[in-house]
Amino acid sequence: MLWFILRRCGSAVIVLFVSSVLIFLGVRALPGDPATVMAGQEASPEAIEAIRHEFGLDKPLPAQYLDYLGQTLSGNFGRSTQDQLPVADILLERLPVTLELSVLAMLVAIVIGVGAGIVAAVRRGKLADYLATAFGLAGLSVPHFWLGLLGILLFAVTWRVLPASGYVPFTEDPVQNLQRMILPALVLGTGFAAILMRQTRSAMLGALSADYVRTARSKGLPEAKVVGAHALRNSLTTVVTVLGLQLGALISGAVVTEQIFVIPGFGKLTVDAVLTRNYPVIQAVVLVTVVGYVLVNLLVDIAYAFLNPRIRLSGGGHD
Amino acid sequence: MTEVMRRRRLWRRFRRRPMPMAGLVLVVAFVLLALIGPLVTGDPAAQDYMATLAPPSPEHLMGTDDLGRDAFARIAHGAQVSLQAGVLSTLLAMVVGIPIGLVAGFYRRWLDPIVMRLVDVTLAFPFLVFAVGLAAIIGPSLKGVVLALGFSQLPAVIRITRGEVLAVREMDYVAAAVADGAGDGHIIFRYVLPNCLSPLIVQATVAIPAAIIGEATLSFLGLGVQPPTPSWGVMLTTAQQYLSDAPWLAIWPGLMIALATLGFNLLGDGLRDVLDPRSAR
Amino acid sequence: MSLLEISDLSVHFATEDGLVQAVRDISLTLDEGEILALCGESGCGKSVTAMSIPRLLPPDTTRLKGSIKLDGRELTTLPEPEMRRVRGKTVSVVFQEPMTSLNPSFTVGYQITEVLRRHEKLSRQAAAARAVELLELVGIPAPQRRMKEYPHQLSGGMRQRVMIAIAVACSPRVLIADEPTTALDVTIQAGVLDVFRDLRDRLGTAIILITHDLGVVADIADRAIVMYAGRAVEQAPVTELFANPRHPYTLGLMKALPSAAVNGRLAEIPGMVPSPLSDPDQCAFHDRCPRVQEDCRLSRPPLTRQGEGHLAACYYPGGDR
Repeated sequence: MLWFILRRCGSAVIVLFVSSVLIFLGVRALPGDPATVMAGQEASPEAIEAIRHEFGLDKPLPAQYLDYLGQTLSGNFGRSTQDQLPVADILLERLPVTLELSVLAMLVAIVIGVGAGIVAAVRRGKLADYLATAFGLAGLSVPHFWLGLLGILLFAVTWRVLPASGYVPFTEDPVQNLQRMILPALVLGTGFAAILMRQTRSAMLGALSADYVRTARSKGLPEAKVVGAHALRNSLTTVVTVLGLQLGALISGAVVTEQIFVIPGFGKLTVDAVLTRNYPVIQAVVLVTVVGYVLVNLLVDIAYAFLNPRIRLSGGGHD
Repeated sequence: MTEVMRRRRLWRRFRRRPMPMAGLVLVVAFVLLALIGPLVTGDPAAQDYMATLAPPSPEHLMGTDDLGRDAFARIAHGAQVSLQAGVLSTLLAMVVGIPIGLVAGFYRRWLDPIVMRLVDVTLAFPFLVFAVGLAAIIGPSLKGVVLALGFSQLPAVIRITRGEVLAVREMDYVAAAVADGAGDGHIIFRYVLPNCLSPLIVQATVAIPAAIIGEATLSFLGLGVQPPTPSWGVMLTTAQQYLSDAPWLAIWPGLMIALATLGFNLLGDGLRDVLDPRSAR
Repeated sequence: MSLLEISDLSVHFATEDGLVQAVRDISLTLDEGEILALCGESGCGKSVTAMSIPRLLPPDTTRLKGSIKLDGRELTTLPEPEMRRVRGKTVSVVFQEPMTSLNPSFTVGYQITEVLRRHEKLSRQAAAARAVELLELVGIPAPQRRMKEYPHQLSGGMRQRVMIAIAVACSPRVLIADEPTTALDVTIQAGVLDVFRDLRDRLGTAIILITHDLGVVADIADRAIVMYAGRAVEQAPVTELFANPRHPYTLGLMKALPSAAVNGRLAEIPGMVPSPLSDPDQCAFHDRCPRVQEDCRLSRPPLTRQGEGHLAACYYPGGDR
């Protein structure tokens, strides 16, 4: 198990290194000379040259990369070109908002998706199965930003039961916070619930027809235990794998959801940064997203190994 | 059994199922809307100042937007953009991904582990990060959308192609062909590519709707197709501003995206059952 | 009164092609401490007959007729919660596939203690102690260590022994063993059969042994029922059956035994088993029977007495060797 975790950590570090090089080079590929951009439109050539020297832009590329890496590792992402605030501070302010949204959406997805998947598999061919399957298809097909618009239309415009948008920090007013987060979380979670439901259903159908489930029945166990312990336990690896595979989509989805509900999170920051060509912020945002993605992927891998005794005990890779 | 007979039998199996057939109908309707729609609906940029934000009527079947442009005309032209994004990005992923998958599958020793580790890591990579980076570098455009979506589909295509190479090379008759001195090129065109066809078709039914949603999403955010080009995502951006005054503007584009995506999903589920019995449950 | 009495049991399955008649009018009895073999080719209905006792057939598609009485209690109409108290406690099963019948996600110890905690209401420690005893009983070395291991860490023979330990955990009155040795090496087979014999001797467990291997039948069973196309065609004490087989199908099976092989080749019974979808009033074996006469095609031969406890369903019974 330890060997497995070490190997996965090692490859995570390699991925992070490659990503940082790509991001570094990507920024260098941006149109326009960063020194010119930073100095402003009316700067003199001398001023530009000074900035170039100050930021080490006259050094060779590998040296520049090492500078960049050193800066990044010490938490210095530069300053936003919009308001001159340190990018690191902006990130720290925005990240918790997006984390809250993502965690809530994941909870929605797991509760609805895994629940409906189990019910559909147990009641295969019955009404509940058809309803869940229809929900799965609809959830896959409806883009969540449209679902968000419909949600606002129904809950905020027509029925006026929830606020349409905005954000209140949880620490300030938990009730207000949840009131504003529930719709975005539902909207973001529904699409993933659909995917999870489809995968859980098919994994559970496989597990329910497995020999070991027949063994469990032959022991005289109550059906709840047969389904909930024996079949579900073996389907969980699928659920975890799907969660891992949906990670990227969740991040993308959070960006869009924040845009619709005007939630000042990471996603909104990203879009605003691109639209205003705020390069230091873009660079930081992409890097932090990649780091977050790699870390959560690592956690998913470890969770997967933990659920599967074959991997946990042998230290081998998948299968 | 001849190839023709095999195809006929697959078609019969497919035709008997109502859901995939419904999917096929939706997909055909979507393609027809994209190809023929723009010819019959008129100019999507024509503004009718007498009727801004007009509800659906016989003149404007789906109503008009804030500038008095006919929503139906814009839906039809938007279908074209959606179709382009879906097909082009999928083609891009195939054109780039199939050769990489082939090479990885054939040179297992040194290339395969590197490629597959990269595939594993990027399989679930948020395509929006690609898109954000590309939009930052080349500016928001359909080109950026296609590139971002195409590259995000790449890992899946590589994985499928490589998997088929490995599976095909295990087969006795291929091993026999190799023993007879058949070259890699012969193996690839005679055995590997024909075997890749089914899973790649199924993959396309996943990739195209993902790209349709992806294009709409990016355009909605302002990172994709730019106004005044009519895209379903751009239309929804406008609709968001007039949600309480003109809710129909939000209904139509979303409904079109959902129906087109649903069509591909149903079609894909059906094709998977027919073409790939291994994954059918 | 026998421990188990099955009378006129028929089991049909609803499928897309129609009703599959898996078992047709089977009657049998089983006494305490008796080892009864159900034998025949795959698809003859032997497993379905046995699995209908603990009602482990898919409830949605199964149509069951007839009566199954255990200790005088009718099982076919028992409410499901009551039935769950019978399963694993009074009637338990050892399945055919040792590789897949254990849950890969739980330790051996958990899978044994689970059934003890369910039926015997033992504490965690007491159940664990009992599970170690059971592993010893079925001949697993270092049982303490095995408790913490997962199925994939055990060999096929070990897993089958674990399955048996689970099945006998609550000292069942009836143990159903479905091809328990088929998936195992010959050397391990004998050991597993010894475990069954030992159980019968120590606990008085009655065992229904499902097998297509007449060698196993000769080795361990007291009595055997030969099934063909869902029906019992012959039943007799094992010594009598082997000494004096009456039904041509039984004879055919015996010729297929490795020990009876001529020049190392097994005799095969020519022809195919009739469709389980229809049930014409004739001998189901007539197509493949070397002794077939006109009347075999006109009506179905009933089970008739051939000797002490010996029945056969044939108009022209007799041995030819």
